[in-house]
Amino acid sequence: MLKHEQIEKSVGLLIVLTLLVVSVGGLLEIVPLFFQKSTTTPVEGVKPYSAVQVAGRDVYIREGCYLCHSQMIRPFRGETERYGHYSVAGEYVYDHPFQWGSKRTGPDLHRVGGRYSDEWQRAHLMNPRDVVPESNMPAFAFLADTKAKATVGADIEKKMEVLRMYANLRSLPTYSDDDIKGAKAAIGEMSEMDVLIAYLQGMGTALSTIK
Amino acid sequence: MSDFVSEFWNLYVIVIVLVSVVGCWVFLLLQSKAKFTPGVPTGHVWDETLEEYNNPMPKWWSWLYVLTVVFALVYLALYPGLGNFKGMLGWTSAGQHTAEVAKMDAAVKPLYDKYKAMDLQAVAADKQAMEMGKRLYLTYCMQCHGADARGAKGFPNLADADWQWGGEPAQIVETITNGRMGVMPPHEQLGAETIKDLANYVRSLSGLPNDSVRASKGATAFNEAGCSGCHGPDGKGMQALGAPNLTDKTWLYGSSEAVIIDGISKGHSNKMPAWGEFLGESKVHLLAAYVLSVSAK
Repeated sequence: MLKHEQIEKSVGLLIVLTLLVVSVGGLLEIVPLFFQKSTTTPVEGVKPYSAVQVAGRDVYIREGCYLCHSQMIRPFRGETERYGHYSVAGEYVYDHPFQWGSKRTGPDLHRVGGRYSDEWQRAHLMNPRDVVPESNMPAFAFLADTKAKATVGADIEKKMEVLRMYANLRSLPTYSDDDIKGAKAAIGEMSEMDVLIAYLQGMGTALSTIK
Repeated sequence: MSDFVSEFWNLYVIVIVLVSVVGCWVFLLLQSKAKFTPGVPTGHVWDETLEEYNNPMPKWWSWLYVLTVVFALVYLALYPGLGNFKGMLGWTSAGQHTAEVAKMDAAVKPLYDKYKAMDLQAVAADKQAMEMGKRLYLTYCMQCHGADARGAKGFPNLADADWQWGGEPAQIVETITNGRMGVMPPHEQLGAETIKDLANYVRSLSGLPNDSVRASKGATAFNEAGCSGCHGPDGKGMQALGAPNLTDKTWLYGSSEAVIIDGISKGHSNKMPAWGEFLGESKVHLLAAYVLSVSAK
């Protein structure tokens, strides 16, 4: 039988045994998630992000939207009444990395797709107080001044290839060669604001009931 | 939800969970069998003179340890945790949500039913109904139409007496339920001069200062360019299409010449989403009544 004293006096053994104990949580709570249908297969209606949406998503990440907005509607009545159906794992299969966020200074955005018109999103991003005087969200008017192809869209093909690799690893529907070849053309002359709005309008629509 | 791709993962979870829990207990048993001689130092010496005794753990502490093991086993029997085993209580977070919603729905259903059976005008006059309507409005509508219902540029003011899509109770219900899509096509092809004439004519319709020569040219262009097709030959608009009345004092996007020229050139389009499925008839009924109650007569 191993004695406390032996473990204490052998750093190598101590490290091995500590890692063993610590890894139990991960082995149980993380590893099996990769082998569950509900976490690895897309919900009906969830598709890979289009080239424009991938670029818009990168604007979302670059501007740190996730710092104030979550993308995770919890299964509580107070949340589903306001936002719609609670989020399910199968909606995030194409998110690398996911944008769940951990704090809501602004509202959750997981079902924001289709909830407002493109015109509202534009007016709101230009200056949130033009449409919601009570808002404390910063204005993002400068997004309208930069072409997406010069920044987030510059290496869009490369990004889509990486996303395709992730999808292929799990045998999920993904981009064709033509999708990737046409990515630059799809983004065209759109501004960073345009691609961001395209991303927002596609969010959570698979389970949304607002048309 | 446990829907593993193979039976292996079910067993994998069960085995590791049980081995960890039972292992803790076995570990405690083994440790409690160790021999202790109270009052005799272990022989370790730190910092020249620091020694420690090897006394047993207090009994209450060991029992707490046993208690955690018992708690874990009871929990695993009641709640999902052992692979595919759903737990004796059959608890799921989705089920808890459904129950929570059902409980609330049952509580408010009599209220909603009462107002649903009432005429929209009568609901709009009911104080309690309008308290409810206001809360619904502030949750779902204020982002575009404003907390005071006065709208914003491009988003209709609901507090005035003007209606883009009609202010009859049935029309308001229809607007909320199925949404509206307003489109004014761009008219850049008319050329800058004609557009400026049109802008002056449109301003003359509502009595705003204008260049009368341009306005009279604009009057002809108004019919020739097809503006009258939607806004009507007299510019009074057409609610069925959501084409605004150009002769009143209400301006969705602004009344300056520059804004009107921009609007004619580039067009406008905006959308009111369809809320019917999301909110359900009862809430739409209350919201429509609330809109009626805040609008000017």
